[in-house]
Amino acid sequence: MSTIPIFADENWRMPSRGRVGMFSLIIGESAIFTIFVVAYVYYIGRSTYGPTPQILDVPIFNTVCLLSSSLTIWLAEHAIERGRIRLFGAWWALTMALGIIFLGGTAVEWNKLIFTDGLTIRSNLFGTTFYSLVGLHATHVVVGLIMLSLVLIFTLIGRIEQRHAERIQVLSLYWHFVDAVWVVVFTVVYIVGR
Amino acid sequence: MADQTYPIPGSLDAAPSRGAALLEWLHSWVVTVDHKKLGILYVVYALFFLVVAGVEALAIRIQLAVPNAHFLSPELYNEFFTMHGTTMVFLVGMPILFGFANYMVPLMIGARDMAFPRLNAFSFWMTAFGGLLLYYSFIGGFGLYGMGAAPDVGWWAYAPLTAKAFSPGHATDYWALALVVSGFGTLGTAINIIATILSMRCRGMTLFRMPLFAWLMLVVSGLTLITITPLTAAQIMLVIDRYLGGHFFDTQAGGSAVVWMHFFWIFGHPEVYVLVLPAFAIANEIIPVFSRKAIFGYPAMVAASVGIAFISLTVWAHHMFTVGMTSVSNAFFVLSTMMVGIPTGIKIFNWLATLWGGRIRFATPMLFCTAFLFQFLIAGLTGIMLSVAAWDWQLHNSYFVVAHFHYVLVGAIVFCIFAAIYYWYPKVTGRMLSERLGKWHFWLFLIGFHVTFDTMHFVGLLGMPRSIYTYEADRGWGTLNMVVSIGGFVQGIAVLIFVWNLINSYFHGAKAGNDPWDAWTLEWSTPSPPPPYNFATDPVVRSRRPLWDLKHPNDPDWKYER
Repeated sequence: MSTIPIFADENWRMPSRGRVGMFSLIIGESAIFTIFVVAYVYYIGRSTYGPTPQILDVPIFNTVCLLSSSLTIWLAEHAIERGRIRLFGAWWALTMALGIIFLGGTAVEWNKLIFTDGLTIRSNLFGTTFYSLVGLHATHVVVGLIMLSLVLIFTLIGRIEQRHAERIQVLSLYWHFVDAVWVVVFTVVYIVGR
Repeated sequence: MADQTYPIPGSLDAAPSRGAALLEWLHSWVVTVDHKKLGILYVVYALFFLVVAGVEALAIRIQLAVPNAHFLSPELYNEFFTMHGTTMVFLVGMPILFGFANYMVPLMIGARDMAFPRLNAFSFWMTAFGGLLLYYSFIGGFGLYGMGAAPDVGWWAYAPLTAKAFSPGHATDYWALALVVSGFGTLGTAINIIATILSMRCRGMTLFRMPLFAWLMLVVSGLTLITITPLTAAQIMLVIDRYLGGHFFDTQAGGSAVVWMHFFWIFGHPEVYVLVLPAFAIANEIIPVFSRKAIFGYPAMVAASVGIAFISLTVWAHHMFTVGMTSVSNAFFVLSTMMVGIPTGIKIFNWLATLWGGRIRFATPMLFCTAFLFQFLIAGLTGIMLSVAAWDWQLHNSYFVVAHFHYVLVGAIVFCIFAAIYYWYPKVTGRMLSERLGKWHFWLFLIGFHVTFDTMHFVGLLGMPRSIYTYEADRGWGTLNMVVSIGGFVQGIAVLIFVWNLINSYFHGAKAGNDPWDAWTLEWSTPSPPPPYNFATDPVVRSRRPLWDLKHPNDPDWKYER
């Protein structure tokens, strides 16, 4: 049994595993979205019958809500870093509210598309690609909201402390990703594809 | 701090005590989050399916051994080759390689577990249930029309055959959902391995002191993140088409069957590298240890692996030369495919240079690795032949292609998997595998492999297409097919010897000790089998071969490595 003295400097630091893991997940998710976006772009104008993208209204209010939720969650991250739990809870709740408004807006939009314009996922190729791409994003918003609400519950029962700041930030990364993907989806579906 | 010692003091060796009751023992395996137990579960799960898919392959070979045979019904034949391919790729190849990564990476980088132990358990069980879901299709796949059982659309599942009209029943859905489920498991494991390697390395273990095994697993996991996910996306589209009446691959509504081919091969070709890079990783560990030399060209090996990962993302459409692409696309995919030969060539030469002048010990792991070198070279050369579009037009969908990719999947990957099992079995169980049975296994498997797959090239050159149920006697393929089938059974016998060796040596093998091969990476500093906490004190490393430094204090590696 030989002994090796510690020689390496005491500042042996590794990146946070939470961040690395979340960034890896984001890379993987990006690939999923890439495939759906490619399918959407490739199939633009190839529907042989049925409604066309011209029936879409640009969801500006929705977009503003979702993008500003990135700002509010960033303010929440800052609040918890400085240990201001009540402020954190307020920004966090506002973030969730903005996310819920976004989903509500999507519901209103889909309601109009389905019952006024007669566009469903099976009506034509445009319907298939539109609902799957926008729906995939909405699914991610729902998953994000479930995770955000868990944190909100923990905040309300007083289980969130300053030392959880890093975990909160890792979770926020996911929310920022969901917002960033919306920029792509918005551009492709409502600007380029219309 | 100088009183810290390493490897761990013997006094802390807690011999793992098996629970007295069988139930308790089983329970401990189901609820475990220990990376070593999960690694073993992965490997055992994969070996089980290796035997299952091997039996399917042998049934296929009986059917094809003579012209006009009726051993299998045409429907069952289609199901068997579909299930053989899907099983071997998703339930054997991926799990066994991730199993090795799970077991070895934390030990090699001096960590006590993976970065996310519970995610690790979740990933394994997702993969396991994906496999069960796939095989449940044999009884559950009848569907509304009472047609079909297991999936029978080929492992590539080209549209429009997968459309509801042409594949009624639920068999294809089982296939799609099983791959989505096991895909999530794979994604979780890949994330876990990346986080482990980037965030859990012990003191002094810089990225460029990591064993190459860990490096390649990092590359593979990164590649997995962006190759498994397109498959998941494509399967979701397929399920939307089949269940919700979508039109992604419905040509009558403006959809495109060729888009499915693109999406599938964007996954499918990098997948080959996801499978083969871990095989390289294994060879990277075994060849130096059995040549008694440090690996030649460590930075070149790392660069070549990263290069392979990047190039592999740009070559997918070489599976589609016969679809009818433009000349420009054909030329692009020809050239990008040929480029893969550069980094793989670098690797071959580095291994040869490692062997050069070494004191080579031909123990069983080394025998398998030596065969791997030759076979992988041949597989690469036929790959370059097939990358030429004009040559591919001639041989596409023939048995030449089948022989080529089996040369990669069996000749390179399976050989390295066997090498890895012979190499690390002593670490995992504390017992050596029998060398005598190992030699029998090696030679029989080698002979069987060459009889089968060398001959298969000629069957392909004579024009026999793949995936056909049977053929007429006057085609002149009968004798060669019989030879191929005989080789298949020789391999089957070799695998039986191997399984017997695994079981018998577990109870009667010679005691291995900590370091039976006189190796240099950290896993050999732990007891065999390693305790649940791996290292009693966190190890510290100064070079790529920490155990060499320990064994040769007068001539340590860190004096030379910069």
